[in-house]
Amino acid sequence: MERIIFYCLGAVIIAFGIASVTSRKMLRSVIYLSFVLVSIAGIFFLIDYNFLAAIQLTVYAGGIVVLIIFSVLLVHHIEMELEMAKATKKIVTAIACLIGLGVFLTAIYSYDFNVINMALTTTTADIGTGLLSYEAGGFILPFELISVLLLAAMIGAIVIAKGKKLTEKDNQPQ
Amino acid sequence: MITGISIYEILTVTSILFFIGVYGFITRTNLISILISVELILNASVVNFVIINKYLFPEVLQGVYFSIFIIAVAAAETALAVSIIINLYRQISSVEVKDIETMKY
Repeated sequence: MERIIFYCLGAVIIAFGIASVTSRKMLRSVIYLSFVLVSIAGIFFLIDYNFLAAIQLTVYAGGIVVLIIFSVLLVHHIEMELEMAKATKKIVTAIACLIGLGVFLTAIYSYDFNVINMALTTTTADIGTGLLSYEAGGFILPFELISVLLLAAMIGAIVIAKGKKLTEKDNQPQ
Repeated sequence: MITGISIYEILTVTSILFFIGVYGFITRTNLISILISVELILNASVVNFVIINKYLFPEVLQGVYFSIFIIAVAAAETALAVSIIINLYRQISSVEVKDIETMKY
């Protein structure tokens, strides 16, 4: 049963990933991206990390996708089709990516992973205690750094997006 | 871990996802599409962290913490990138990569 679910999720991830980088309609490619993100949340549910799946759904599928959709609607006409790169560039890039993928897969399949068969359920309380612990292996310092980073990013985004017109000479009629 | 699924299959899926992201990053000529490709790449790496944590070291949680941090940094990066894109669009009325030659405020 879990095998079938995993294969479905993998097929959805790959198919919609390809669709998302090749679609010529901007908004559709964002929607395909959201399908990919939701399927990845499904993989997190499968390997029993419920908290991560919830984060993936709220931050990625909820926040980031909505942000990108907003920016698409602000800067684009919906019917407009995207310019595509030249065919030679696409083919060369695809070949390079396939070669890189081959290198990755040979490296992965030739390495003997020491898999430990242990069904261990992780509760959200474990993750929270680890994040906030001062002892060795605790993650309190990166946690605080991330909170400061998020605050700085929020202020920076507001300041940048609010900005004025570039210069006076850009506004003159051509 | 997932019953009946080896670590190799999951790593194959994430490698393919990573290279789909790289392909989109190079071939797209639009800032928002490039942002979408970056999200794909980051997500592939997040899944790799979590999978390796779960399959090889199930008794610790380091991979989970790192993926939480990656997701947080990705959210901050997206917010900043979107604000830069909107600001650029108001100044030069375009989000194509080839039109962007000014990054001064």
